[in-house]
Amino acid sequence: MQNSNFIYADNAATTKLSPQVLDKMMPYLTEEYGNASSLYDFGQQARTAVENAREQVSAAIGATAREIYFTSGGSEADNWAIQGVARAMKKKGKNHIISSAFEHHAVLHTLDSLKAEGFEITLLPVHENGLVRIQELKAAIRPETALVTIMFANNEIGTIQPIGEIGAICKENKIIFHTDAVQAVGNVAIDVNAMNIDLLSMSAHKFHGPKGVGALYIRKGISFRNLIDGGSQERGRRAGTENTPGIVGLGEAITIAVSTMDKRAKKLSAIRDKIMDGALKIERSRVNGDRNSRLPGNVSLCFEGVEGESLLLMLDLKGICASSGSACTSGSLDPSHVLLAIGLIHEIAHGSLRLTFSDENTMEDADKILEALPPIIDRLRLMSPLWEKIKRKEGKK
Amino acid sequence: MYTEQVMEHFTNPRNMGEIPDADGIGEVGNAKCGDIMKMYLKIENGIIVDCKFKTYGCASAIATSSIATEMVKGHSIEEAMTLSNKAVVEALGGLPAHKIHCSVLAEQAIKAALADYYKKQGIDPEPILGVTCECESCESCGKHH
Repeated sequence: MQNSNFIYADNAATTKLSPQVLDKMMPYLTEEYGNASSLYDFGQQARTAVENAREQVSAAIGATAREIYFTSGGSEADNWAIQGVARAMKKKGKNHIISSAFEHHAVLHTLDSLKAEGFEITLLPVHENGLVRIQELKAAIRPETALVTIMFANNEIGTIQPIGEIGAICKENKIIFHTDAVQAVGNVAIDVNAMNIDLLSMSAHKFHGPKGVGALYIRKGISFRNLIDGGSQERGRRAGTENTPGIVGLGEAITIAVSTMDKRAKKLSAIRDKIMDGALKIERSRVNGDRNSRLPGNVSLCFEGVEGESLLLMLDLKGICASSGSACTSGSLDPSHVLLAIGLIHEIAHGSLRLTFSDENTMEDADKILEALPPIIDRLRLMSPLWEKIKRKEGKK
Repeated sequence: MYTEQVMEHFTNPRNMGEIPDADGIGEVGNAKCGDIMKMYLKIENGIIVDCKFKTYGCASAIATSSIATEMVKGHSIEEAMTLSNKAVVEALGGLPAHKIHCSVLAEQAIKAALADYYKKQGIDPEPILGVTCECESCESCGKHH
């Protein structure tokens, strides 16, 4: 399926499973099928593998193994963190949650559900640079604030929030702090203690691990409720037979990702910067989100007068896999809430393009993308009555 | 997600461009929704001798405009008036459910161009074509769908 012209530039959607990770998983998909909760030795071998992975995950973020709970992925971790803390804190009379306007839907839709149950939600603006402002966070804090949940790095525009500062303010005000770090883990250095993070969500398939497995870090001593009730797995906190191969894969993938992070960041930011600079040479284009405080592998662009889905399909015909926040790709009438949250008007947000890179990509990919883009944009603009209007307006000025 | 016919018209759109001395021009949709279709008609003795389009939008918007130009070109005004969005969808071998509105836009764009033609002739198009879509927002108008 992948020929030499295939360029996968959608690593924020998912990544390729690392062969090294698959090797570690293989025995648990085949011969080592024991249940990690069984007492006999065959089951205990699986238990050992699960606990090793717990050590690996905790070491990657500066936590202790007992603070790591395995989940089915990032969405479950987000749902659990927010609902678990909110319900526990409601008993203590705290019913206010602070978040940001451009969180992932796993967070925003969970907050919608809690709002319907009577919680009060404050969504902080993220401004044109895609960053929350510390002063606005401070101003939003109330005596009844139970939780602050702000994503580490944004999945569409890649901006990295001042997590350490947010954590410090939460600690000072005795507010629990959760961060959805699904895009950040493996790409940005994380230390839950130094950053005062109380809960953190991650997902293995975003850093070359398998799909369907993730983890929630919960600081020792935090009051929270269970989301999935049943058996006594995960110390009675999360029911369901352990996904041994997935958990082993998560542990291996995070270990590799963290150990190669610095080298990869250098390589990816060079690819990123080259594409951003190159794309900006195209008339009426823009980079979305802060250029400095952003993930090394994230490029988010908008091209006026073209529509994102057409752009994606044209790129696909050239073998380039990318993503867009246009309405047509979201399946709704509105373009991405992230692009609207940073103040873009609909017609500009419709022309968005996201390219996200991993270690699998090369500088040659950047060259090929920069070569493919301008003629595609030209072609779509040539048939666009919107572009005609933009140019006519320009002529009048 | 798209049929071969949609992808074929998207990658090789027919009759893309403008007619400088068009007898009728129709534009529907709006930038906010992410779709604008503009149709140009050249009409001689009641026959559409040329039809061109320009479209800002997704692949199905481009494909529906492209095939709509083929479906009216060489045909009489009367035949063009009966072009339905359903016929456009069928000709493309189907569209995903959330893209059906693109075919409605194509039908409306042809009708808007015909209405413009009648107006230029000093004829009120409403009794002939019914109300055509000229509004800025397709969602709020509710005249079709």
